[in-house]
Amino acid sequence: MDNIGLIGMASIITAGITIGIGSVGPALGEGRALAQALSALAQQPDEKNTITRTLFVGLAMVESTAIYCFVVSMILIFANPFWDYVLSQAGG
Amino acid sequence: MMGIKDISPDHVVLWQWGDLRLNLTIASTWFVMGLLVLGSWLATRNLSSGRKVSRWQNFLEIIVSGINRQIREISQQTPEPYLPFIGTLFLFIAISNTLSIIPGFDAPTGSLSTTTALAICVFFAVPIYGIANIGLAAYLRQYLKPTPFMLPFNVIGELSRTLALAVRLFGNMMSGTKIVAILLAIVPFFVSIPIMALGLLTGLIQAYIFAILAMVYIASASQVQPAEHDEQNVTTAPPTIQ
Repeated sequence: MDNIGLIGMASIITAGITIGIGSVGPALGEGRALAQALSALAQQPDEKNTITRTLFVGLAMVESTAIYCFVVSMILIFANPFWDYVLSQAGG
Repeated sequence: MMGIKDISPDHVVLWQWGDLRLNLTIASTWFVMGLLVLGSWLATRNLSSGRKVSRWQNFLEIIVSGINRQIREISQQTPEPYLPFIGTLFLFIAISNTLSIIPGFDAPTGSLSTTTALAICVFFAVPIYGIANIGLAAYLRQYLKPTPFMLPFNVIGELSRTLALAVRLFGNMMSGTKIVAILLAIVPFFVSIPIMALGLLTGLIQAYIFAILAMVYIASASQVQPAEHDEQNVTTAPPTIQ
């Protein structure tokens, strides 16, 4: 297979696998964090504001890893430097 | 204005004079700045401290007192020194994320340049506030805090959390617009409306997260130790168990 085919295939497959595997971990972690926050709310309903705020901050930090995987996937699909290079080689 | 191929509004060039390029990021940033300044000026023209306040003044008071309360809860200090910085971060990011509902407007926070600039502002604000609050020696001593062996890890931690701030905001905003663009290409129009609503919600949440994380970083680096004051004020004997 020539370079264009190889680069295209590798980019697409990697993009799919990246976002597929990368969203498993954060989803599990966020589910656990949410479960703990719910039980904490049930135990101390008057601390609702602090618990909710800490929950959201924690969820955002845990979500960061999923966002990194998504950004890598988007770069592979839309802003892929290797794809632009082989395209310019084939076109020029 | 952004096509499905553009990953960031940096690539949409509106005007070009030779080497200087006016891209969509700069134009929308200045639009948000102008909107904030104009709105605030219009709302604070005739401030009144009586019982009758105008609706806009009431709205601004709610926002400012809400931010003050959050800063006070996190830093355990008076919120006034931090309010301009943290309030500006929150308002700029929230307004620019919410305005993305307007057709033709692309949120400037969907560009890695803007979010990196905001994260670098936080990166410099942490030592500035820290040294202003506790002095240069005490601030630098914090880097050796658990043991001096942790010095490179503390420094790397500071750099990586700045990067995380930038990429988190960029990723959330870019993913919102990208998913809506992809959905518009493959399903009927109305299916993308819940996704746009979710994008608005995550935009507001991310603005809140950015401001709160900035405040947490600043507060953790400029801790005023309350324990010393308590030791000086104890004049009664500790209670005994009988």
